[in-house]
Amino acid sequence: MKKNEWPLWEVFVRSKNGLEHRHFGSLHAADAEMAIENARDVYTRRSEGVSIWVVKSSDITASNPEESGELFEPAKDKVYRHPTFYNLPEELKHM
Amino acid sequence: MDIKSLEDRFEAKIAAGESIEPKDWMPEKYRKTHIRQISQHAHSEIVGMLPEGNWITRAPSLRRKVALLAKVQDEAGHGLYLYSAAETLGISRDEMTEQLLSGKAKYSSIFNYPTLTWADIGAIGWLVDGAAIINQVMLTRTSYGPYARAMVRICKEESFHQRQGYEIMLTLCNGTPEQKALAQDALNRWWWPSLMMFGPRDAESPHTEQSMKWKIKRKTNDELRQQFIDITKPQADILGITIPDPDLKWNEERGHYDFGDIDWDEFWQVVNGNGQCNKDRIAAKQKAWDEGAWVRDAAVAHAEKKEQKKQKLSA
Amino acid sequence: MKDQSLYEYLLMLGDNSMILGHRLSELCGHGPSLETDIALTNISLDLFGQVRSYFQYAAELKGDEATEDSIAFLRFDRDYRNSIIVEQPNTDFAHVIVRQFLFDSYHVPLLEQLMHSEDETIAAIAAKSIKEAKYHLRFSSEWMKRLGDGTEESHQRTQAALNHLYPYLHELYHESPIEKEMKEQGIGADLSVVKDHSLATINEVIAEATLSIPESEPRMVRGKQGIHSEHMGFILSDLQFMQRAYPNMQW
Repeated sequence: MKKNEWPLWEVFVRSKNGLEHRHFGSLHAADAEMAIENARDVYTRRSEGVSIWVVKSSDITASNPEESGELFEPAKDKVYRHPTFYNLPEELKHM
Repeated sequence: MDIKSLEDRFEAKIAAGESIEPKDWMPEKYRKTHIRQISQHAHSEIVGMLPEGNWITRAPSLRRKVALLAKVQDEAGHGLYLYSAAETLGISRDEMTEQLLSGKAKYSSIFNYPTLTWADIGAIGWLVDGAAIINQVMLTRTSYGPYARAMVRICKEESFHQRQGYEIMLTLCNGTPEQKALAQDALNRWWWPSLMMFGPRDAESPHTEQSMKWKIKRKTNDELRQQFIDITKPQADILGITIPDPDLKWNEERGHYDFGDIDWDEFWQVVNGNGQCNKDRIAAKQKAWDEGAWVRDAAVAHAEKKEQKKQKLSA
Repeated sequence: MKDQSLYEYLLMLGDNSMILGHRLSELCGHGPSLETDIALTNISLDLFGQVRSYFQYAAELKGDEATEDSIAFLRFDRDYRNSIIVEQPNTDFAHVIVRQFLFDSYHVPLLEQLMHSEDETIAAIAAKSIKEAKYHLRFSSEWMKRLGDGTEESHQRTQAALNHLYPYLHELYHESPIEKEMKEQGIGADLSVVKDHSLATINEVIAEATLSIPESEPRMVRGKQGIHSEHMGFILSDLQFMQRAYPNMQW
């Protein structure tokens, strides 16, 4: 990055109360206030949001896809975590 | 893991229709192709603001003015989404801007044609956005995740652009004879450049084969062009204006319209910088970039001062 | 027309928003960064939205097949009622921001009063516009601070813009006969109150931006009476081009 390039920010928007903030995209801004204002103009022009979070992209730590095997595959055979693992009589409702 | 097996795994993922995400391993050529294509796409949005922006201050009614202003602003937004997608591949927006200004990066040649009348705003919306949408809908299923997601957002927002353009044309065609003449004149000038937007014929398209294999593209230039013509001809009939191609006629056997020869010499001339407005477009972007330098610097300097104050307070 | 004064008052309100919106719309595609370009266009769109509300109402009062467009595009220059400050050109980004900031500092307290107008339509337009104007003021104030307290160059440019534009500010506060009449009827704003709020905002932001308020005397201008700057003719030749070149057509 050159000295005068504004840093990159990731934008999270809550579409309406009751929903979580969801990643909407990114943009450039010199500081956090500007990032919020830019996010408002760039990502909520069509009333897509009621709340905005911004975080500097460089502050995000991401898992490494090379390690996705050890990170995520062990969960796959834990079928007993899912309700369908258990056999119950059909007469039983609402469980 | 060695390169060969990484490549095999990558190709298998693509073949299985899985998305590729920024941190996933990818062949260098896949990365480069995407940087080239996504930045070119972003530049097209940004340069495309200029010919239409020309008419914002002269729009004939307040309703047309706000619609055009919102549309050109959307294009800035779309450029921004696309630059962001390209940035996930390890290139900065400043670098891409420099490539645009130096002429190293290309953008869609259609924007090197001038907008001479208000009807051109209608024709651009109808034809240029119409052609772009066909391409972009295909790209919502492209293999690179951030690019596909940007396209989904763009397609959603663009749906009003073409309708706006067609409505302008319809109003002109239902208006006075002078207005209808403006519409016909605009169609005459924008028809062939719109067909050129799909790029060279498949036989002469250097990137098509690889792009199809990597599922960057899912249809060839010629297929997309045919699709555009088939959709657009009946729309021109509704307007009651004539597409400037004497060879355009329905071919029952093929189930498509046949059409005349495209002037590929003109296409390559404009691609290579000799269109009417190539120099003007880049000069306008260069001017905005140069005149904005002190503003961008000031914002960074101010942010640093604020940060220092904050640290002093907490120390 | 029975409501001649109200009609002219609406022109005054609408013309300020329209000419400023026009100036901002000239920048679309030419901003210092993509994000800033989008932000300035948003402000322009807000202002044109207000223009349409004011002029639709004005057209209703006028009758005679008047429309928002005939009012926006088909008056002679003398019949536009905006203040001179909004005609000032986009000399550089500092001029754009200072012009915006000075106008916003006036616009917010103006709308705050109009929200309580005896005229229900004006009150409703003001209630909607105030949210927009407050955001504009926030945006322009932040940029005043960035530019004023940024680099040496940005400081100098912003001070120069302030020196140029500040003397035009007073016209906004100066009560014209129409504004006086509207105030007395409980329809219009009391500009002395608007002025106090506006100056308080300006003083606060200018101080934080490390800028100083120029000592110059108010400029003698009469935009509200239809005597405009030399810029206005060029603005109108753009704005009115289509309606004048192709009269009596639907677009």
